Amino acid sequence: MANVLLRYTNLVLVTLFILSLLSFLLAYLFPGQALENLTGLRFNELTELQNSQIKYSVDDNIFIQYSHYMGELFSGNWGVSFNSGLPLYEEVGHYLPASIELSFYALLMSFFIGLPLGFLAALRHHRLTDYSLLTVSLLGYSIPVFWLALIMILVFSLQLGWLPLSGRISLIYEIPSISGFILIDILLSDFIDKKSALIDALRHLILPTISIAVVTTTMIFRITRRSVIETLNSEFILAAYARGLTPRQVLMRHGVRNALMPILPLLAMQFPTLLTNAMIVESIFSWPGIGSWLIQAIYQQDYPAIRAGMLAVSVLVVIFTMSLDLIIRLTDPRRRRAERVAI
Amino acid sequence: MSQSRLYQEEHHPSPLQYTWIEFKNNHIAVAGLFCFAFFLIITIFCPLLAPFDPNMQQIGDLMIPPAWDPNGGISHVFGTDALGRDLLSRIIYGCRMTFGISLLLVMVAMLLGVGLGALAGMSKGFRSSFLNHTLDSIQAIPTLLIAIIIIAILGPGLVNSMWAIALALTPQFMHQTRDFVRHELSKEYIMAAKLDGASKAHIFAHSILPNMGEMLVVQATLALSISILDISALGFLKLGAQAPSSELGAMLLEGIEVAYIAPWTIALPGGALFMMMISINLVGDGLRSAFRNRLLH
Repeated sequence: MANVLLRYTNLVLVTLFILSLLSFLLAYLFPGQALENLTGLRFNELTELQNSQIKYSVDDNIFIQYSHYMGELFSGNWGVSFNSGLPLYEEVGHYLPASIELSFYALLMSFFIGLPLGFLAALRHHRLTDYSLLTVSLLGYSIPVFWLALIMILVFSLQLGWLPLSGRISLIYEIPSISGFILIDILLSDFIDKKSALIDALRHLILPTISIAVVTTTMIFRITRRSVIETLNSEFILAAYARGLTPRQVLMRHGVRNALMPILPLLAMQFPTLLTNAMIVESIFSWPGIGSWLIQAIYQQDYPAIRAGMLAVSVLVVIFTMSLDLIIRLTDPRRRRAERVAI
Repeated sequence: MSQSRLYQEEHHPSPLQYTWIEFKNNHIAVAGLFCFAFFLIITIFCPLLAPFDPNMQQIGDLMIPPAWDPNGGISHVFGTDALGRDLLSRIIYGCRMTFGISLLLVMVAMLLGVGLGALAGMSKGFRSSFLNHTLDSIQAIPTLLIAIIIIAILGPGLVNSMWAIALALTPQFMHQTRDFVRHELSKEYIMAAKLDGASKAHIFAHSILPNMGEMLVVQATLALSISILDISALGFLKLGAQAPSSELGAMLLEGIEVAYIAPWTIALPGGALFMMMISINLVGDGLRSAFRNRLLH
């Protein structure tokens, strides 16, 4: 137990170290001056630059520079954006929750649809239900996410006019940002008509969430199905039948738990894909998330923003993935090391 | 050759033949294979197949609907876009770009990934753990984010986005190769090779690599679908192939402006992309289940 914890802490620390080093080196790799890319201050702001030259000690060797960089990073001083001139720490803190919110709802939806359907298909293995669900899932994960989003906009927003086209909430509602998560913010705010604001926010959420969830749902469906099939073919299930349990009892007592175990790491593995899709979908729906922010930063060659955004997103992914891995390791005694899941 | 068999000769198909027999039984996968071959033919012979030059603008024929529409004409089967370019030719050339480039990228990524993965798998101690840690941290970053960073360094453009995607695809091959090598190294035929005095490079090239082929093919189909999605996504986000190019993602982006009046300009290129993905995924799925079921014989 302590050994596993220690190993994971070590792994996380080393990974985070590599990521921070990478983000530091990016300032040198990006076009332009490294100091500009690190601070976000332009050369014409010469007075500030001279101040920061003392602070950042650019003339020292690169290791000392890195240690200063880490010090600033931990004190929340991430530099400012070339584009907006705002501090990046606040910018990232503002945009990241919107992305997390969207991805979280999509993940939740995928689990609630993918898991039961996966079980259903596995229990009807090699029958019509299984084949038709499998075919639909193939279509689902072949569809390019941006095309799906465009088609949905065309059909549901432009043709039918049922759902709003873009954004997070209608402009008539002014919700102060407290937690960054729009639904929580609405509940926390002292807005008079909370119900209509909630409905409006939910209507804005539907299309982006579905666009992201389609791919994730099909992946979860397929992995659940494979896992359940493999569990039901194993010998302890046969032994359970031999002891005279009914199929229902076998599934409930032995099948579900053992089949769910290999599915959990999939959540960790799907997370980068989910974020990638979320980033694309965000920029289509003008969702004010980290993805569309990063893409805007590239258009405007806002290198400090790219550096900070990349660091924030990858640290988030690493911590999420690793902690999930750790939970699985601690709860499942059979699992020696993280294995990849077959689809 | 005699027409009838006199003796009951027992015939043992090779593993590859078994795989093909299993694959053939899966009709949908075979259909996917035909579709895949179709895209391959388009990729190779596209100048012969395309009726028009993909960038030729016919001023008189702006936004003609496809042939099945009452207002459409037969000279432009898929209609034309907002600049009067023949959509069928553009899609054919777009398939060539998206599909051909993706194939190329997967090969590059495979070579790189297998090399580094073998290095990580065969080595021990500090070098191995350093490689593994680096690998894990790279894999945690979403592909698109890696691509965005590389494009930020090199600047937007098709060639730069190709580099980005090749680099972003490599970790998966590395991971698979490393795990496979680790797994195989503990087996007894490797021990036999070691006892015969084979060097590490020899063990990898002659004992492990021949067994890795199937895993690599399956992984390559996965990587191919990811690569197609990424290259068109980058084109769509204006980070990859730029506007006049007939890359499918860039075509979709151009189509958005007239999507409401001429929905076929986004429906058809996207549909081609969708077909491409389906065929690759069908072949990949078919191969995977063929390899799995083959072992049951």
